[in-house]
Amino acid sequence: MPEGKSDVKIGVYICHCGSNIAGTVDVEEVTGFAQEQGSVAVARNYKFMCSEPGQALIKQDIEELGLDGVVVAACSPRMHEPTFRRVCEAAGLNPYRLDMCNIREQCSWVHKNGATEKAKALISAAISRARYLEPLERREVPVVPAALVVGGGIAGIQAALKVADAGRKVYLVEREPSIGGHMIQLDKTFPTLDCSACILTPKMAAVKAHPNIELMTYSEVVDVQGYVGNFKVTIRRKPRYVDESLCTGCGICWEKCPWKAESEFDCGLGQRKAIYTPFPQAVPNVPVIDPEHCVYILRDGKCGACLKFCEREAIDFNQTEKMVEVEVGAIIVATGYDVFDPSAITRLGYERFPNVITSLEFERLCNATGPTGGHIVVNGQEPKSVGIIHCVGSRDRKYHEYCSRVCCMYALKFAHLIREKIEGANVYQFYIDMRCFGKGFEEFYQRAGTEGVTFIRGRPAQVTDLAISEEEQGKLVVVCENTLVGAVMRVPVDMVILCPAMEPRADARDVARLFNLSQSADGFLLERHAKLEPVATASDGVFIVGCVQGPKDIPDTVAQALAGAAEALALIDKGSVELEAATAVVDEAACSGCKICIPLCPYSAITFNEAEKRALINEALCKGCGVCVAACPAAAIVARHFTDQQILAEVEALLVDARPAPAEV
Amino acid sequence: MVVPSDNHEPRIVGFLCNWCAYQGADLAGTSRMAYTPNVRIVRVMCTGRIDPTFVLKAFSSGADGVIIAGCHPGDCHYSEGNYKTTRRIAFLRKLLAQMGIDGERFRLEWVSAGEGAKWAQIADEMSAAIKEKGPLAWRENLKEA
Amino acid sequence: MKYVYYPGCSASGTSKEAEESLQAAMRALGVEWTELEDWNCCGAAVAIGTSYLLSLALPARNLALAERAESDLVTGCSRCFMNLIRAVHYTHENASVREEVNELLAETGVQYSGKARLRHLLDVIINDVGLDVVAERVTQPLDGLRVAPYYGCCQGMWTYAQFDSTEDPHCFDQLLATLGAEVVDYRLKTACCGGTLSMSRRSVGARLIGDLLAAADDADCIVTACPLCLFNLNSFQREAGKIKGTHFNIPVLFLTQIMGMAFGLPKKALGLQRHVVPVDGLYEKIAAGAAVSSSAASASGAR
Repeated sequence: MPEGKSDVKIGVYICHCGSNIAGTVDVEEVTGFAQEQGSVAVARNYKFMCSEPGQALIKQDIEELGLDGVVVAACSPRMHEPTFRRVCEAAGLNPYRLDMCNIREQCSWVHKNGATEKAKALISAAISRARYLEPLERREVPVVPAALVVGGGIAGIQAALKVADAGRKVYLVEREPSIGGHMIQLDKTFPTLDCSACILTPKMAAVKAHPNIELMTYSEVVDVQGYVGNFKVTIRRKPRYVDESLCTGCGICWEKCPWKAESEFDCGLGQRKAIYTPFPQAVPNVPVIDPEHCVYILRDGKCGACLKFCEREAIDFNQTEKMVEVEVGAIIVATGYDVFDPSAITRLGYERFPNVITSLEFERLCNATGPTGGHIVVNGQEPKSVGIIHCVGSRDRKYHEYCSRVCCMYALKFAHLIREKIEGANVYQFYIDMRCFGKGFEEFYQRAGTEGVTFIRGRPAQVTDLAISEEEQGKLVVVCENTLVGAVMRVPVDMVILCPAMEPRADARDVARLFNLSQSADGFLLERHAKLEPVATASDGVFIVGCVQGPKDIPDTVAQALAGAAEALALIDKGSVELEAATAVVDEAACSGCKICIPLCPYSAITFNEAEKRALINEALCKGCGVCVAACPAAAIVARHFTDQQILAEVEALLVDARPAPAEV
Repeated sequence: MVVPSDNHEPRIVGFLCNWCAYQGADLAGTSRMAYTPNVRIVRVMCTGRIDPTFVLKAFSSGADGVIIAGCHPGDCHYSEGNYKTTRRIAFLRKLLAQMGIDGERFRLEWVSAGEGAKWAQIADEMSAAIKEKGPLAWRENLKEA
Repeated sequence: MKYVYYPGCSASGTSKEAEESLQAAMRALGVEWTELEDWNCCGAAVAIGTSYLLSLALPARNLALAERAESDLVTGCSRCFMNLIRAVHYTHENASVREEVNELLAETGVQYSGKARLRHLLDVIINDVGLDVVAERVTQPLDGLRVAPYYGCCQGMWTYAQFDSTEDPHCFDQLLATLGAEVVDYRLKTACCGGTLSMSRRSVGARLIGDLLAAADDADCIVTACPLCLFNLNSFQREAGKIKGTHFNIPVLFLTQIMGMAFGLPKKALGLQRHVVPVDGLYEKIAAGAAVSSSAASASGAR
């Protein structure tokens, strides 16, 4: 350990990052300044420090000059700290002797004036800290060779299948009685017009049959403990009141059940029984009993028709909730999305008119397994004209600023399906832009143009039934400015389909907290890096895939699911994972045994050693947050890599230009 | 000698937690939001790490203001660190007031990883408020006292 | 309770009855109501076509005057409210806009710092005074009177003041229900009356007015929250009728007029004699309604 500042030899490397830094910060001036600082053996600048030649520069200096410490002034450490740590390691220098200095995201990119001066102060601080950095050893722990997938929509299903196919154990947890998510509610999918159920149900069946997948439906994750490679997850299994091992899915129980309820699966457009599977192809094909509509449960033993008719005696009203604990090495969160409720936008008439429906409701109408057997009917009649309104709740500062990505395409799909099912129907698309960016999408759009669909560029002001002319009587009128023509139009239609925004789930915040994740500004869960790490998160070992991360269509969802599976498998296959080296450690000589720190640790990493009468920190559990360090009255706990000495030196140097001349100090 | 002048730009030290606030400040950068260079950031893993001596060191080294920014309550990456921070800062604030460091010069803020705009706004506001107050010049004031 | 009040040009001119009834009704509620001294026109629908800066500076001057009087400002005219809240909002959002506006205001010797808040009359009645106080003052409940509440289009700006939904407001409905009236589901309650188009483009304005009158055909009267709407709906019923091919004869009242009626205030105090469409019929209906409910009350033994 270096005794004093003069012992240490530090190399300072300033990155131009092309013109990202060099365009605002005078890198030559800063290099000259760095060279003049104490303990600096060499200061260089280079176009792209993270590139091969850039890294080689550092490696060479470490080897030839015998550097004890390295400062890289470049982008955010959140970006390239691992990169430069690897460089140090390769050159034989302990990776924790590296200090990165953020002169891009927090300097050159945000300050038009004063960036150079600030860069100097930041580098001065980094050098000061680097003087006191110490080598640290990384610890490795084994990874539990199993994965947890949360959410059984297409994303969760695909991720689970891939991990299971690789020979690894997967727990797939789904909140609803069946897997399938939103995708199984859809009719046809764009741009190929594949039947959604036809492509999804084989995958659902594969999940059920797979020896490596343990499927837990009607279940929820309620607690997550541990860390990457070693998660302990508690799952609540809600009582179905039907024994899964006995039930054959014959259906006699729901046939005989006299009690009905609104079908959630059909978006309230149809009904189901109190004992039900949400749809005929449910996996598992085992019903659940809804305690809010089952008369046996509500009225203490009245009814019991299902009990009577079940030949396998699979009905069991004595079932209770069960808590199950599983151990996994990786977690894939695939909890999907909710659909924006358009009743907030009253002028579109969603609540007022029964023939104004959402896209998801329309999918149910169109679907052969839906409440109308696939017939598009409204008030008992086939609509001769349909208006489709895009961007309801999306691209809207009052609700969601983002674009929901899939609506333009499914609106085109709807147009096609409507004209296929209802001969001569008129379809009007009220759009802002047509976003048809994917493979086969533009072609699909061009086709719609030839199929007699009318496109009106404008955001409807209102959907009303107040007719002002004969032809509007009995119809819904979409009032809209046609911005390409420059005139206000009134378009009478029989039905209006709204394209509501794809929203984060209502409980996204709770899910984020449960898995220690963050949300982005739009409420979806936050990925680690928007471009380079789209499925990883700030919490090692937890991955997010599918619409939980942001609106996307099925091809992109599947791609992300496979990416998440790859991440999980990479972790599991490596067999071990490096733990955080920057943990806290108790200086036994200084610890007085006051026990103030013990209850502070959220990971219960601190115990009291009765024999020694000292606090003891479990390195495997410690995450290095530093709360105990700040609390210790004797300063007996040291936060490795963020010691008091290092931080105080950093603070002092940060203000080098705010103080009297060095002589006074 | 710190020359008090009309053009004095405040020096503010910010202690930002790695998981939320620091990332939020990075986001302000990737979004190219322009804001004052007067805030200089020290990264800590959690605001719960912050020892009162860090804050005192900053002021005694010449800072005109100090800001601590962490995760919103309930969202701490380490579960509860920010709650501890809240309590500690409440106490520290009283101590600082006795030394003549009040209100605007010491702030505790919650900035999430998605709140780049909020960080930029806070930096600008704090810098403007402290600029109006003038330099802290703590050493000089202490000597006089 | 004391308030400084901005009447606006309609309320002091063509819709003088709005002003008169407002003073009377608020006095009955025990609210002290002072007119803002030296107020100027808010710019109506005209200023913004001339100059953006002017459209903000004109209302801002009134807010600055309120600031000087160390008070918030209340207005009973929706159009004025919209212009004033625009000034509040845009000078708050944008520092350079605020600077420009204040440069202009400096020439009249005032400055607007953003301290003075703007309140709408409905907001004050419902949230400050309270509907229970209003209910206490009711001596002639409007039983049996079918009323269509007409908010007008400017309530769309209420987002900035945040006291009611702009898509589907209900505060006015609540007030009328407290007065005992039967509130009709008025489909065009936030649709535009045409504003000054009734004078500059008579055919367009009359058509819009006609739509509004036609949609209220199941109501005994329309009550407005804006003196300009009051003027329009009152004065152009003949022209509107011609365009719609029908004959309109619907009494149109201002919100404080109907409040005054329910409070039992004298007709003259409420300016009811100024109306183009006579409102006496309404009094008959109210009396009839009272008769019905009192006989029902004595029949059931309880109210």
